[in-house]
Order: sequence, then structure tokens, then C-alpha cells
Amino acid sequence: MKVHEYQAKAIFKEYGIPVPSGEPAGSPEEARIIAEKLGGRTAVKAQVHAGGRGKGGGIRLADTPEQARAAAKEIMGKKLVTPQTGGDGIQVRKVLVEEVLEIERELYAGIVIDRAAGFEQAVFVVSKSGGMEIEEIARNSPESIVKVGIHPFTGFKGFHGRRIAAALGVEEKMTPELSRLLSGLYRIFMEKDASLVEVNPLVITKGGAICALDAKINFDDDALFRHPDIKELRDFSEESPLEVEASGAGINYIKLSGNIGCMVNGAGLAMATMDLIKLAGGEPANFMDVGGGATPERIEKAFEIFSADTNVSAVLVNIFGGILRCDRVATGIVEAMKRVRLRAPMVVRLQGTNAAEARKILEKSNLKFETAEGLFEAAQKVVAINSKAGKVR
Amino acid sequence: MAILLNEHSRIVIQGITGGEGSFHAKEAVKFGSRVVAGVTPGKGGKDVDGIPVFNSVHEAVRNEGANAAGIYVPAAFAPDAVLEAIDAGIGLIVCMTEGIPVLEMVKIKKMLSGTASRLIGPNCPGITTPGAGKIGFMPNFIHSKGQVGVVSRSGTLTYEVIHQLTGLGVGQSTSIGIGGDPIPGTAFTDVLEMYQADPETSMVVIIGEIGGSAEEEAAEFVKEKMTKPVAGFIAGRTAPPGKRMGHAGAIIAGGKGGAADKMQAWTNAGISVVENLADIGRKVVEILHNL
Repeated sequence: MKVHEYQAKAIFKEYGIPVPSGEPAGSPEEARIIAEKLGGRTAVKAQVHAGGRGKGGGIRLADTPEQARAAAKEIMGKKLVTPQTGGDGIQVRKVLVEEVLEIERELYAGIVIDRAAGFEQAVFVVSKSGGMEIEEIARNSPESIVKVGIHPFTGFKGFHGRRIAAALGVEEKMTPELSRLLSGLYRIFMEKDASLVEVNPLVITKGGAICALDAKINFDDDALFRHPDIKELRDFSEESPLEVEASGAGINYIKLSGNIGCMVNGAGLAMATMDLIKLAGGEPANFMDVGGGATPERIEKAFEIFSADTNVSAVLVNIFGGILRCDRVATGIVEAMKRVRLRAPMVVRLQGTNAAEARKILEKSNLKFETAEGLFEAAQKVVAINSKAGKVR
Repeated sequence: MAILLNEHSRIVIQGITGGEGSFHAKEAVKFGSRVVAGVTPGKGGKDVDGIPVFNSVHEAVRNEGANAAGIYVPAAFAPDAVLEAIDAGIGLIVCMTEGIPVLEMVKIKKMLSGTASRLIGPNCPGITTPGAGKIGFMPNFIHSKGQVGVVSRSGTLTYEVIHQLTGLGVGQSTSIGIGGDPIPGTAFTDVLEMYQADPETSMVVIIGEIGGSAEEEAAEFVKEKMTKPVAGFIAGRTAPPGKRMGHAGAIIAGGKGGAADKMQAWTNAGISVVENLADIGRKVVEILHNL
């Protein structure tokens, strides 16, 4: 789960990590009032989950409160397009109005889980070259990136701080302050079950202070059950409505740009099915894993999603029945077809337990299905049907 | 012998009185597994279809000589169940539970080192050795006894592959799903090492997916250490970056973990990679034919 910069900074403050003074605003007028309170120059920053805001004009500087109001109006008045939002862009609903600091140096500090065998723990990733995306740093100055792993049973220790300070080229008298900040970041990561904590840039001001100019925290979805306070920070307006609806029904769904909808049980098989569609010359409209219990309710919800996605012009159902019986899935499909008017033609492949009975149920239903037994055969059929459907339209 | 699970395995099912635990315990018995005990705290003294239930794994070890555990416990309690099994000295621990917080696995992984326990999973379909038994979700009918070792990060995709093999008359020595989480108890490389050493395994099928570097590590191992042939498939060539594709670990992050790089690494390591999942069975037949 992602949160906004202003929400991440509130957590930073709780842990004693210095951030610029500022407040979020929901309207241009609010932005003006905050800027007036702060006095001096301010930065007005779009609050969206996508990165690369600066490049899309989502961060503006203002000399006066009136300018802050105008900047907020501009940012909130049109959709923000950044390298990470896609061409359509996203609506900005909030801005963060902050004091502007005099910056001496920009650094990068982040914490992620190191998945590599033999490590498997939280790891600090730091670089002297802050201010640009970490991927960019990795391309431009890979030698500046230093990784320091933290063993979960010791936690963040003094030597970790000294190693990172040395890697960042931070002078000795500032090392204790930097260590306190890093230790706070680590505690956030561990205590809040984060999957990413990132400060980019971490700045040293002309006055010699250290400050988190930006803040990003992602949380482990699987740990939200023990963090009700974090769960409340979720901003549904940042997520695709169909994806939210699907997850409410226990379906893992991700919308893609193609036109062949697919419904599969199991994440690995769902990915492999998308790959097969592509290999057969089509483009998948989505990733969808209906899970081990492909219940009639889930199947119906899946069909509703296909009919709501106007891109979908054909559908492939690919279910491998293990414990799950194919005849039950077939009955579920027939029932769902009666309730949901799905215009897109469909190819159904049910393999595994009771597959033969399932085929009979589908055939007897008098509903229009194509069936397939082989994996690739199913993909080829749906691609062929799809291109035919395209010609008719 | 196959690997890890064999005729000497005495299985305890943690969470046996729950819906999943009791169902899969019975399925395992039908498959010929020796399920000697169940554990549900507070339900000790009862039985599930004649399988005695104990309050703790320690009691199951003491009374029934359990040496392998299958865990079907909800995510909030599963880390405790895994640690209990380690503490009781269980050699093979298989955890099916999905949704365990990553930081719990960070700690469990550190706990495991220096013990005699091996953890398979979590978030996995389990392990099956045809002729000896199974722990986990894998459907009974897909398997047949033979000489191909299977290892994978996913569930139904693995069933699909095993089913293809069986349909072509190709049996398996052991099939293992290591799970789709970012930090699995057992890595591809661990399983490859065991298959390489197992006299009953003559080749290996490996099924990978996007995210992390487990496939690259496997490639390194195959190149350096393996003499047995390996055939493979990687799911997620069409997956977009930055999105978690169902499995917590299946995400392309920071431009890393994409399918194309992984397939290249495997090809370079001499693994026979199929692009089309429907071809994996035939590829295996071809390799076995040339052995």
C-alpha cells in the first residue's frame, strides 16, 4: 500500500525525523493560508502516488502566499502527467505547502528488503547523488550506491550509522545527527511493516542541518491486519475502481492495455495465460487470479469486470481444477452468464478434476462458448475469435 | 529415496481441526502419506478421522515420532506455528499459509540457520513424492512416479506442468512448490542441489516467474554445479513493471526482475527454456530420450 508524501512526513515527525515545516491543502485558498502562516518562500507539491512529479510540473515554488494560491490552483486544475502516470495523467486532490530550504547537498537514503539468498533482511541503500530517481543514480553513478544490511536481531547500531555517513561523505560532527535520522527510518520500516522507506532527497542545508525534503513509505499489504492506523491512510481515489472492486471480492485483478480479458485460478498460471495470449498474437486486457475457490460469486464478479472494461472484446477462461472441481466452475460460469450480459465472445478451458463433466455442462447450457482442451489451443482460439469480432465491428 | 519427503516421513498437520487442515490431511492419507498426528492448541485428546490431535508439536514428536510438519494455519498465527515446529526439532516444515508479513519471514529465515530444520514455503502448494506421500495442496491425480524432479514458485501453474508430464507418461521423483513470497524458506538453488545429488532424479523441470533474483541465482548454480539436464519456463513476460502480480514476490521493481532477463540467464546457463508453456512436457520427453 502506498501513502502520500504528507502522510509519510507525519510518520517521520512521530519518529523525530526532521522534515520541512508545512501542511497539506485541499484547495487553493487553503494553500494561500498555509503559505501565509509559514511566511517566506514556499514549495507547493502535488500529492499523488506517482513519482516524477517535478518533471510533470507538479512541484512549484512561490514567493508570496498569493503565488502559492495560484500554484495550487494550477496544479489542481488539470490532470498531472508524469513519467509514471501514463498519458491520461491523474487528478490532484491535495497539495503540500512547505517552507523552502537553502540546500547545500542532496543525498539519497532508502530501505528495502534484500531478497537475495543469504541476505534476506532490511537493507539501507544510500548514495551521495540524491535528487534523481534511484534507477537514474544506478545508471549514472552506480559506484556511489552503497548497501548496508541490518540484522533483525540486532537492529540499527552505531557502526551502521558510521558506515553510511562515510558512504555519504557526511562530516564527522554531523554523524550522530545522521545516525539518529537513519535509526528512525529503520524503526519505521520495522515497526510499521514497511516494504519501502525512501528519502530522496535527504538534504544538508546551508545552515548545516539534516532534513528529509521528500518522504515515501510503502507498506506490506500482508501486514496491514496488524496496523489499523496505517490502513486508514489508504486513498482509494488513487487506485483503479475496478481493481478495488475486484480485491473486495477476493479477486486479484490488474488492468492492462490489451483487449482479451482472462480469468484464471492461480497467479502463476494467470501470468502464463497472459503470456500465451501474447504468443498467439493477442494482447491481454488484464491479469486476473480468482484464487483456489473460484466460487460462483467470484466468477460473476469477474464477468462484471469484463463487461465494465470497454476494451474487452473477447474472454478466455482458463481453470486448472485440482481440489477445485471443474464441473462446479462450469455451473458457476453458466449461472453467471445468465445474470451478467457479457457481449464479448468467450473461450473456456477447464482442465483437471471432472473436466469431462464440466464440458458436458457447458455444451448443454445452450450458451455460446467455444471450448478448448489444450493450453495453447485455447489461446489461439480466443485470439482468432477476437480478430473476427474486430472485423464485424 | 527422492528428496526431503520419503517413506520415513512421519507427518504432523498443524491446524488439523480447521477446514483446510482436515481436508488436506485426509487427501494426504489417500495419497499414501503417513500422517501420524495433528496439532491444534486446546484440542489435544481429540482425533480427526482417527489421527490423534495434540496441543503442541512437541507432544506430537514425543508421542508419535513426527519428523515432518504441514502447516495450515491463518497468516496471523503461522509464524508462531513455524517457530514451534523449528523448536520441536522437526526436520521438514512445509507451510502453505498465504499472507505472512515479510518481516516475520526475515526473522524466521534467520532463526532457521544453525538448526536442522528445512522450511518449504510459505504461500506454497507443498511437496509431493509419488509412492511415498505428500504435504500440501497438490491434487493427487496429477502425479505419477518417475525420475523427473519438479521445482516451482507457483501452484496451479505447477499442477499444469506435472499434469502435462504425467499425460506424456513421464513420472516425477519429487515435486516441490517453494512458494510465491519474497522470502521463501527454501530457494531454487537448495532444491537443485538436492536433485543433483538424488540418484532417483535424472533431470529437473524448473518453473520461475518475475520478481527478485531467484532465477538468476538458479542459473548460476546450474552453470557451476549441475550435470543433470534442466528444462524451464518463466511466467510473466507480459507483466507490467511495478505491479504485484498476485504473488507477493512477483513484482518487477526498479527495472529488475523482468522475465526476459531471467530467460536469458537460464539460456546462458544451459537450461532448455520453453517460451510456450504448452511445450514443456514435450521438451522433457525429448531431453529424457537423449539421456
